[in-house]
Amino acid sequence: MTASKAAPSKDAHAMSSDRVLRVQDLVVSSHTQPDRHILKGVSFDIAAGETLCLVGESGSGKSVTSLSIMGLLPRGVLEHRGGDIYLEETPLLTLSSARLRELRASRIAMIFQEPMTALNPLMRVGEQIEEVLVMHRKGTTAGERRTRVLDMLEQVQLPDIERMYASWPHQLSGGQRQRIMIAMALVLEPRLLIADEPTTALDVTTQKQILWLIRQLQERHGTSVLFITHDMGVVADIADRVCVMRHGEVVETQPVQALLRHPLTDYTRSLLMAVPGLQPRPSRPVTEREIVLEAIELEKCYGRHSRWARLRGQQDTRTAAASDVSFALTRGRTLGIVGESGSGKSTVARCVMRMIEPTGGGVRVMGRDISTLGRAALKPHRKRIQMIFQDPFRSLNPRLTIGDSLIEGPVNYGTSRAQALKQAEALLIMVGLSGEAMTRYPHQFSGGQRQRIAIARALAMEPDVLVADEAVSALDVSVQAQVLTLLEDIQTRMGVAVLFITHDLRVAAQVCDDVMVMQKGRVVEYGPTSRVLGAPEHAYTRSLMAAAPGRQWDFAAFQPFDDVSESRSSDAFSTGLISGAQKA
Amino acid sequence: MNTPSPAAVAGPVPERRWRLWPTHRPGWMVTTATLCLALIVLVAVLAPWIAPHDPLAMSPAERLKPAGDDYWLGSDAYGRDLLSRILYGARISLIVGIGSALISVVIGLPLGLLAGFFRALDTLIMRIMDGLMAIPSVLLAIAIVSLTSASLWTVMAAITVPEIPRVVRLVRSVVLSAREEPYVEAAVSLGSSLPVIMWRHLMPNTLAPLIVMSTYICASAILTEAILSFLGAGLGTETPTWGNIMSEGRTYFQIKPGLIFWPGLMLSLCILSINLLGDAARDHLDPRLQKRGGGQ
Repeated sequence: MTASKAAPSKDAHAMSSDRVLRVQDLVVSSHTQPDRHILKGVSFDIAAGETLCLVGESGSGKSVTSLSIMGLLPRGVLEHRGGDIYLEETPLLTLSSARLRELRASRIAMIFQEPMTALNPLMRVGEQIEEVLVMHRKGTTAGERRTRVLDMLEQVQLPDIERMYASWPHQLSGGQRQRIMIAMALVLEPRLLIADEPTTALDVTTQKQILWLIRQLQERHGTSVLFITHDMGVVADIADRVCVMRHGEVVETQPVQALLRHPLTDYTRSLLMAVPGLQPRPSRPVTEREIVLEAIELEKCYGRHSRWARLRGQQDTRTAAASDVSFALTRGRTLGIVGESGSGKSTVARCVMRMIEPTGGGVRVMGRDISTLGRAALKPHRKRIQMIFQDPFRSLNPRLTIGDSLIEGPVNYGTSRAQALKQAEALLIMVGLSGEAMTRYPHQFSGGQRQRIAIARALAMEPDVLVADEAVSALDVSVQAQVLTLLEDIQTRMGVAVLFITHDLRVAAQVCDDVMVMQKGRVVEYGPTSRVLGAPEHAYTRSLMAAAPGRQWDFAAFQPFDDVSESRSSDAFSTGLISGAQKA
Repeated sequence: MNTPSPAAVAGPVPERRWRLWPTHRPGWMVTTATLCLALIVLVAVLAPWIAPHDPLAMSPAERLKPAGDDYWLGSDAYGRDLLSRILYGARISLIVGIGSALISVVIGLPLGLLAGFFRALDTLIMRIMDGLMAIPSVLLAIAIVSLTSASLWTVMAAITVPEIPRVVRLVRSVVLSAREEPYVEAAVSLGSSLPVIMWRHLMPNTLAPLIVMSTYICASAILTEAILSFLGAGLGTETPTWGNIMSEGRTYFQIKPGLIFWPGLMLSLCILSINLLGDAARDHLDPRLQKRGGGQ
């Protein structure tokens, strides 16, 4: 273990007086079934000024742990059965609710994943931060409070703080809202900040800034941070120590460098191995020349610019969600469309699927332009191109059996029910499920299994093109890896082409032969993955690559890419950001 | 990867299924309401067999008898048995209540589906519905009755017409949100026809709120029918309905309060039970409680 940062923090946590939070043998179980333990004796502690990352896949109990610390377990659903939580020397579990409420704001604070829903939409953001002071710093004057809030807004590096103070939540971007949340959490200078997936809903570039901000404020105020995440990249960037959880148990706790280099358990090792590498894999050799899907100067504008408005000399107020998008996809290949939210990648997918009507340009499926076909004329071509959706919990009708969902398409195209059922069963086996699944309902399956079913449903149409819109983004890394392997396997077996839409550069690097980078509705770079992601030419692509969390780590190899930078200190981290920004 | 991965073949995650019946014991209020309503339905169905007298048989000698052995609740101004009339009155009330609820759902559901799905039809249908909503049911009933003779059908029509827009609005709002679900988009890309999409993928979403809605319509229809009868705009006075009994009893209220009290009590119990069941159904079928995900 060569990590320089790890040694002092280990020493620090040996001194008991220095520990801000201590969780001991925490047991939480379901209220109705006392034998069903959600947390089975979780123990960890956090030293002053330290960042502990709680990592785990969905269902590992990491969110329940954070709710327990905050005393926010849903009443009548989950219950404490044992163990203790100490904040410094105060036992939290035995506190009265009034005392806990006081403690909650002044000494522990929490930021959430959704900065959109965590702010009151009917209050100006400045007043919302001030409200915390009104509640917990009685006796301060309105002037003092305002100064304090403005100071906080400045500390979270919001521009134009006077205007920010008077803004409504809906006027701010996701990143700005998260900054407001952080300001609100830190205004009382708490000892502990619990951050529950605070950057998961943000774009990578914003994520990078928020992580850096948390790190910086932490150092300035000496706050301890309990950072909950599922993303190993984020862990590598922000953690001092890491606590890996699985099925309500702590699998291992180690300083971050040690964990990434020498994981002690097979589970952690498998988690790290499942992280897709950022180095693009070589494109597959071109074997087929047949173009199955082609977009020609595709354009989708929202809003209307009527002739009347044009005559009156009004400005064109239409917004282009996508414009001048052209690409060609040959049989058996994978084309990735990457970009941040609002880049127009989903718009392109939906135009190609004719879910929405393109306002300009053409879409050719197997050489036939389908962009202007009517409903009836479109039907034979619909079959050729199928979609896999992001949310496996919503893409299957909850009231239909898997069998009924799978045969819907083929039956629409004249296959007999019996024949379609037979095919569906074969498809289920092909995607790694058993034929028994046919009579079950979607809720009886996990997210990954449902995504397999969704793939089977698309394949039942024997399409030439699969459009995967963030198809693995909602899945845990290990499941994600399995689904990606399945997609690749299907591709080689059936020769189907895939249009793969994702915000995750890691996934794109591992899956795609060609990549198209989009920004604000325009294509900024398009070419073979190895070139676009390996040696990006456009500044935007470079900034995206620079912002990818944990980019200096080769997780699957358990080592950093260049072993020169031994430690991941905050200096190195911020230099990374600045150099990335400069390149941009 | 030809061998399925272990995680994929592992058995399905046991989770609770979408259920119509509660999994836990209902509260005492709901139990009482259910029993109460069951009793009312039972006496309504069995009225011809359990009623001690003919509800229409007048006997001038037996006018305004107090409650006693022969007339359990006494008799009215024409010497008709009050208990028998109330029992028969339950039949009318329930027929009107259930009938109005069914008719408004049968008419409102397809209109709501169309309005929610087709943008062009939406404006047209919803403006007509706004117009209908502006008509008070009591005025409409009086208008219909003055044009034709009062019958069960005219009363139900008068009650149903203003209720239809409520159903349409409800269905439309559910459809508007459900049509954005990815599984509906998936059905579109699978080449499903519009009727299939509407019936298989959209309509089932409306069932739970519709069940709740129909209980409220049912209760309000029973009440409106009683009001119409009381005002003399409902069924003919010879027909025993709770409203008619109360209307006739009004004159003799001073002498015999039971003429208002007993049918009024039945009416209140009936409506209270239905509303309580509606609330219970809402709590049970509420979207919050039928989360499909297995999240933490």
